[in-house]
Parts: sequence; structure tokens; C-alpha cells
Amino acid sequence: MSNPLLKIRNLHLSMHSFDGKAHVLNGINLEVKRNEIWGLVGETGCGKSLTGLSVSGLVSSPPAEYHGGEILFDGEDLLGCHEQRLLALRGNKIGMIFQDPTTNLNPVFTIGTQLVDVALAAGASDPQVLGLTVGASGRARRRAARALAGDMLDKVGIPNARARLDDYPHQFSGGMRQRVLIAMALIGRPDLLIADEPTTALDVSVQAQILDLLRQMVDEFRMGVILITHNLGVVAQTCSHVAVMYAGNVVESGPVRRVLEQPAHPYTRALMRAIPTRDVKRGALFGLAGSVPNLLSPPTGCRFAPRCALASPACHSALPADREVAPDHKVACVHVSAMKETSYA
Amino acid sequence: MLRFIIRRIIMLIPVLFGLTVMMFIIARLLPGDPVALAAGPNATHEEIAALAAEFGMDQPMIVQYWTYASGLLQGDFGVSIFTRRPVLTDILTYLPATLELVFAAMALSIALGIPLGLMTAVYRNRWPDYLARVLALASISMPRFFLGLLLQLCFAMWLMTFPLGGRFPIIYEYPPFVTGFLTLDALIAGDLESFWLACRHLALPAIAMSLSPLATIMRMMRASTIEVLQHDYVTTARAVGLSQRRIVFKYVAKNAVSATLTVIGLYFGWLLGGTVLVETVFDWPGLGLYATQAIVAQDFMPVIGVALVIGLLFVLSNLVIDVLYGVINPKVRYA
Repeated sequence: MSNPLLKIRNLHLSMHSFDGKAHVLNGINLEVKRNEIWGLVGETGCGKSLTGLSVSGLVSSPPAEYHGGEILFDGEDLLGCHEQRLLALRGNKIGMIFQDPTTNLNPVFTIGTQLVDVALAAGASDPQVLGLTVGASGRARRRAARALAGDMLDKVGIPNARARLDDYPHQFSGGMRQRVLIAMALIGRPDLLIADEPTTALDVSVQAQILDLLRQMVDEFRMGVILITHNLGVVAQTCSHVAVMYAGNVVESGPVRRVLEQPAHPYTRALMRAIPTRDVKRGALFGLAGSVPNLLSPPTGCRFAPRCALASPACHSALPADREVAPDHKVACVHVSAMKETSYA
Repeated sequence: MLRFIIRRIIMLIPVLFGLTVMMFIIARLLPGDPVALAAGPNATHEEIAALAAEFGMDQPMIVQYWTYASGLLQGDFGVSIFTRRPVLTDILTYLPATLELVFAAMALSIALGIPLGLMTAVYRNRWPDYLARVLALASISMPRFFLGLLLQLCFAMWLMTFPLGGRFPIIYEYPPFVTGFLTLDALIAGDLESFWLACRHLALPAIAMSLSPLATIMRMMRASTIEVLQHDYVTTARAVGLSQRRIVFKYVAKNAVSATLTVIGLYFGWLLGGTVLVETVFDWPGLGLYATQAIVAQDFMPVIGVALVIGLLFVLSNLVIDVLYGVINPKVRYA
């Protein structure tokens, strides 16, 4: 078993706001290895994006405050890292792509300029990115960076890539822009890619293309990926593993087939049941009663307990520990054994 | 782009036409008899009438305007009734001094205002921000002529590091005329000593004029930078490993500067028309001083001429700004 690329252990994060202190991440545990694509799912506000941003060190504090846990990247604790070190990691070791391709490219620079700058920044931390030796001249670096930018655009499937380096973002379609952003994230050959809802803003056919491209890139660069999404369909289609989050906790995680076919946490089951199928009559969608708890004053114990049909006094008293119900399949619920008996319907 | 510029220049024509009509009417609505004033206190009625006839001032206003406008189309700005010198010659003599002063003041305020605005936005609500904002407020609130006096007192009287006023020492010879900007002319002539002298004369009035545009530019830049910093592409730029310096001074700056451009264009025109006080304090031989003298003497032709030139420059500076929008933002270019 290889060492995990990324290991998030018991990560706690609070956000200070006008209304008080919200305990947003409540002990996140996650392990990502190379070649694994982890889907991070959960409803809005459950801390998916914050988890991703935390790995990149992009959560500004204040207002955020980390109080406990660690994020180990290749054995190095990122939370204790100096900004200078994070700068070297971003782009070179950890890449990120975001939700809305229309707002994530700078509108007043050509994509060539933007890609070249990223390539140069990556080359400054790791000269191998540009294929040059340490002492290469500035001009040689620029030329290599531009060549690399063209190659990357080509690789992410932009037709006529080299000529399009001189175009501005508004001259590309949404899907094409997301490809550009993927090229930008991958230009420094990161080991870990965090994709924060990369397909949410795209229409379905483009969505499939982008997911294909992502999978292809993972094979080629041997990356680990965290794919943050709302969409269980995307997870089923793309991911090797999935972690289900609820109100700042990972409630269930494991290999994607296992979790989606035999969900063991009541919340995961509720999520699965909410997906409409062909048999569901019009207007008869299954929902989940109640709403996400207010994190300014979260429930003690299991945060899902107030909405859970199985909730018992034990659920309200303490946060349930992770139980391994199958190899790598972990569930944070005290009713795991009871759930096992009521097979998933 | 070229068509856009041509269209804007054609649009200048009605603006300038309106300006001449308005100035012409206002000048004649003022109380007092400029001809009598020009003829002197001891002039007889016959002498005044003769002078009025000589300058066509006895004609109906419509005819006077017609004469003036047709002369204007041939590049004739009329003749000063007081000095009997052609207005255009005078303006061409005084304009470079004013332009040099305004350009120096704008250069100073842009060169300092934009980086300061970026810096205060990045250090938002920390001490560099507070310090710069207090100074900006102070310099906006301070009248320019008063600031000029303070500068004179401090640097010319006490420290004696800068000359009190004027554009160039009287005992020295001016560098040969090329652009009319003494600093540039001295550089073109390769005369470093003259350049240094001209710069020292320019320094205090330029600083006095630059402070309020500097403060405004800084505050505009701060506000738009704060807005730009919240855009997604800034987060993306950080996430892909660009350094803070590169993000702020390249990626954020270019986005934030377009709102500031508007202010720069407006200030340029405003400074052109508002040099009078500073020119008076520093005895700077510019258009403002020239126009004030003409107004006091009720000498219309120079007043109208100066107003026209300033109006023209104002419109042109805004045209330059509009073109710059396109240079900075490619979306504007194609629209």
C-alpha cells in the first residue's frame, strides 16, 4: 500500500462572522492516494469547498480559524506551512479548478499571457516543468513557457491551440474556457488536483466532455483528485471513491460502487432516495424533512440526528466515531449494524 | 478603432460651435464697456467710437459673431483690443507652460496614486491604509493656492531648496524652442543644467496641483481594487501559484485601472481650466495667468480663445481616455 498523497486528519475550522463563530468543519478525515478520484458530495454549505480551499491554503484567516487537525500533503503539514512554501506548492504540487469558467479567467489578458505566467511561476519553483536547467536565461524561459502553454492547450483539446494563445477569454465558449482552466491548473504538473464543481456551470453534453478530459488527465499525470460536486451522477460516472459530507463532517466514505450500492449512513440513503428514477410519478419526489443545522449553534453529537429517522439518545450525546463496515468503507453512525439489516431499498 | 476616433472628432464640431456662441454672448452680457476701458481714461467719445469701429465692435452682435467665426475657420482667433496682439500667438506662447505644468502634475498623481491605491486596497483596514486615507482626505480638503503658499514658505523661504516662482531664471537663456516644454527642450538641446533648473522651477507648482488628483486617483483605485480582488479570477490566480505581487500589480491593476481612467480624464481637463490660482501664486507664465489678465481688462477675444483651447483639449483628453478603455479592455474594443 503506497503512502497517501493527501491525508486530512480531524480538521476543525471555524468562521468568524458578525453573528458569531460558526464551527464549519467539524473534524474532517480524508485520505487521497495517487490515481484515485475522490468525489466530495453534500449539500450547499456543508464544507466541501472549504475543505478543498484549505488544502490549497486559500482560506484567509481571519475570518477563518483552524483549531485542530492537520492536512498532510506527502507527509508535510500544510497548516503549519509558511505562505512562501504554499506558494511553491500551489500550481506545482496542488492544482485547482473552479466552478464558473466565465469568471475564473482574467478578462483583460489573453489566455496565452495567463498560461505563460502560470508556467513561469511553476518553472520558478521547479525548473523541470519548463524542461530547462536552473540557469536558463529569461528569454529561454519565456519561450519554453509559451511552448508549454501551447502544448497544454492542445492536450486539453482546444483546436488550433497555438494560434488561440493570443485570444481573450471572451472569445472562448464556456466549455472551452473550462478546458483552458484545466490546462492552467495542470501546467505545473501537480500531484493533486482539486476540482471544485468543475461542471456545474456547463450544460450536460459539455459536462461529459470535461469529465472525460479530467479522467484522461488523471491517467496521464498520475494525479490524485478531489472532485467536489452536488451531483451523485457525476460521482458515479467519474470517481473511484466518494466521501459524503454533512454539516462539516464526512459521514460516509469509501469506494464509489460500494458506497452508492450499499450506503450505510442514513444521510447517504436519503440522498440516494432523492434521485428521481423512471418509476417516480410526477410530483412525487422524495425529499428529506428539515434543513441543515445552523452552524453557529450546531447540535451536539451527530449533526444529522435532528433529521434522522433512527436517531436515539446516543446520537445526541456524542459525535459517532468512524466504523469500518467493509474494507475502506467507513461510516460515522452508531446505527451501522441496524442499517445493515435493513438492506437498501 | 480609427472610425471611432474620426466619429468622435466630428462630434467635436458642434461642441466647439456651441462653446463659441456661449462665450460670445456671455462676454457681451457682462457690464462695462470694454472699448472705453481699452481706449484709456482720457479718451474722447470720438476716440472710443473710432476704436470700436476699428475692431468692429459697433456692428450688431450677429455680424460680430459672423466675422469672428469665419476668422476662426481660417485659424484666426482675433486680436486683443488691449495689446493689439493676435490671440493665437499669445495662446501659443502661454499654452506650453500650462500644459507642462498640468502634465507634470498629472504624471505625478498617476505615478503615485495608482500604486498607492493598489497598496491601500491590499492592506485594507490596516495601518498603511488608514495613513494613506487620512493623508488623501487632508490633501483633497486643502485649497491648492494655500498649499502652494505653504510649499513656498517651507521649501523656498526656509529651506531655500526650490525657487519661489517663475518658470526659469531671468538671467539665464531659455533652451531653443522645440516643444515649448522647457524641461523637454533642455533635454533635446542636451543642456542638463537648464533641465535641472526647469525641473526645480516646475516642482513646487506641480506638487501643489497634483495633490488633489493624486488623492482622488488613489481613492478610486482603492475602491476598484477592492472590488476586483473579490473576483473569482483572483482566487484562481492564487490557486495556480502566482505570487501576490504579480497578481496585484499585473492582473488586478489592469482590471482596476479602467474606472480610474475616467477620473484621470476629467481631472486633466479640470486642471487645465483651473491653473489660475497656482499660476498666480507661483508667478507661472501660463494660460491661466493670461486669461485672468484678459478677464480683468474685459478683453474678450483672448477669453474666448482660451476657453476654446481648453474646451478642445478637454474633449481631446476624454477621447484619449476612451481609446485607452479599448486598449485596456478587449471587450470594449470589439463592441
